[in-house]
Amino acid sequence: MPEQQLLDAEKGQAPVIGPGHTFATVTDKISSVVLTQRQPLMWFATLSTAFLLTMLLLLAVTVLFAKGTGIWGINMPVAWGFAITNFVWWIGIGHAGTLISAILLLLNQPWRNSINRFAEAMTIFAVACAGLFPILHLGRPWLFYWLIPYPNTMGVQPQFRSPLVWDVFAVTTYATVSVLFWFVGLLPDLATLRDRSQTRLGQMFYGMLAMGWRGSARHWRQHEVASLLLAGLATPLVLSVHTVVSFDFTIAILPGWHSTIFPPYFVAGAIYSGFAMVLVLAIPLRAAYGLGDLITMRHLDNSAKVMLGTGLIVAYSYLMEAFMAWYSGVGVEKFLMLNRMTGPYAEQFWMLVSCNIVIIQLLWFRKVRQNTLALFGISIVVLIGMWLERYVIIVTSLHRDFLPSSWGMFHPTRWDWATYTGTIGLFLLLFFLFVRLLPMISIFEVRTLLPEARVKEETRA
Amino acid sequence: MRSPLHGILAEFESPSELVAAARRAKERGYRKVEAYSPFPIEELNDVLHLHHSRLPLIVLIGGILGGLSGYLLQYYIAVIDYPINIGGRPLHSWPSFIVVTFELTILFAALAAVFGMLALNGLPKPYHPVFNVPRFALASRNRFFLCVESSDPQFDRKDTAAFLESLDAKEVSEVAD
Repeated sequence: MPEQQLLDAEKGQAPVIGPGHTFATVTDKISSVVLTQRQPLMWFATLSTAFLLTMLLLLAVTVLFAKGTGIWGINMPVAWGFAITNFVWWIGIGHAGTLISAILLLLNQPWRNSINRFAEAMTIFAVACAGLFPILHLGRPWLFYWLIPYPNTMGVQPQFRSPLVWDVFAVTTYATVSVLFWFVGLLPDLATLRDRSQTRLGQMFYGMLAMGWRGSARHWRQHEVASLLLAGLATPLVLSVHTVVSFDFTIAILPGWHSTIFPPYFVAGAIYSGFAMVLVLAIPLRAAYGLGDLITMRHLDNSAKVMLGTGLIVAYSYLMEAFMAWYSGVGVEKFLMLNRMTGPYAEQFWMLVSCNIVIIQLLWFRKVRQNTLALFGISIVVLIGMWLERYVIIVTSLHRDFLPSSWGMFHPTRWDWATYTGTIGLFLLLFFLFVRLLPMISIFEVRTLLPEARVKEETRA
Repeated sequence: MRSPLHGILAEFESPSELVAAARRAKERGYRKVEAYSPFPIEELNDVLHLHHSRLPLIVLIGGILGGLSGYLLQYYIAVIDYPINIGGRPLHSWPSFIVVTFELTILFAALAAVFGMLALNGLPKPYHPVFNVPRFALASRNRFFLCVESSDPQFDRKDTAAFLESLDAKEVSEVAD
């Protein structure tokens, strides 16, 4: 690990890890959350709320299966509505986890070591929530497997010229690779839990999952090669996933969608909302579990900076969208932009601008980045803003296209809201079960951050 | 014919001591030496000559297989099995096939990386003799272990134990097989 980490205090930056920790203390502290510590009140409160919302999701989905998509506000011309908005929003949130675990690993940013585990968990659960929506939106969701090519008696096959089929491959690959990467990182820590567990059940459970990991030099060698290769594979993958999601829009000729700026703009927006979710999860977790010396102000500060950076890219994209609508001279494009800003959905548009462009500028100030409460609030605002962005892109483009005779309006119903808030509940439920059952911070990677982890070569005889 | 001993295990308190001990054992001519630590130690790779790994090759083969199967799958479906004329575009419209080809390349390569890593490490492995030493549970917490295995041609029950004692090991214990 680079020397500069210990000097950070002199540079005026908070350290990546609090002082006074040893291999034993970090191990015991992180594993105690799972093995011995009583869960804080926050855990019970969040879990029970999340459980109730998950029940709401089950209810909404049951009604949906019984009655069909007519219970939602969707109709022609706005056939996508909440389902696709939520899909893009959840997939985007997942992106920060892969960015932290893969891209920052390749860029040799060791501060990521204490936040990558729960960020990856966040990715997996966000992708799980995202994956529900296109399937629920199918109309006949029980036939979703028709999207996958397989020899069948109907003699039909998927159409590979359609971006919606690309999406199936991109999202399932992303989910699979995220789970694999997460598991590979967990393996040594599962062995720690196996060895630390006092109960027979815990030893069996973690022992099975750890697969007999012994931490031998040979193990570590292959493990490191595998982690680096997976990071190298996950990096282009994560950039491709939101690119493919944006293809769902750009390949169509609809005004406001048919644009080459979408792939980079969607990826930046994804990382933007993902880091907001990382902060929304990290700030209460470190307070409730007393992890302030492992998830330090440095992590919050860096995440806030990434949010600010990607937020500026998103702001630039909004400007370019408006500029190109005017510069292209295409009538429908100009109309679309005007309709977005002044039409029936103007309220949502200006709300998204203030959430995503105006309020985020507060992060330029160090005082704001050092204030956890302010950071938490701004992150919530960003999450709302990014949801509104997808909503505005989908609804305003669809509701008034080329033919005024086919114009219409979209109004969400209570089932739209129930499904959406239900997935937030499902996400939190899965996440807080993860916090209870698996180490939320990567123990072995935090050990490498400690000064005593460095091998002193003067011992050489 | 199994030897009753798997080897002799020495416990150390810091990564530096472990690396120094592994180096001394290698210099002494022991070949079946295994080091255990709670986190990866780069210097051990030098000492134990672990730099070569077959994993990148496995991943490359996985990736190539994935890419080929992705493209051929689409070619077979779009051109041979289920040809549909859409707006007069060619059946073999390769630009549309790029995304799925790319995704399957990544998918197969990632699967190869994970299962290759597990296979090369001999996992899952429910039983291994080193777990017979109770203190070995600390290998996943804060202790560092060096094991000279009994399959080593130079291994000698008393001699090897004495050698490991001489390395300032905190504790030296025999590992039952």
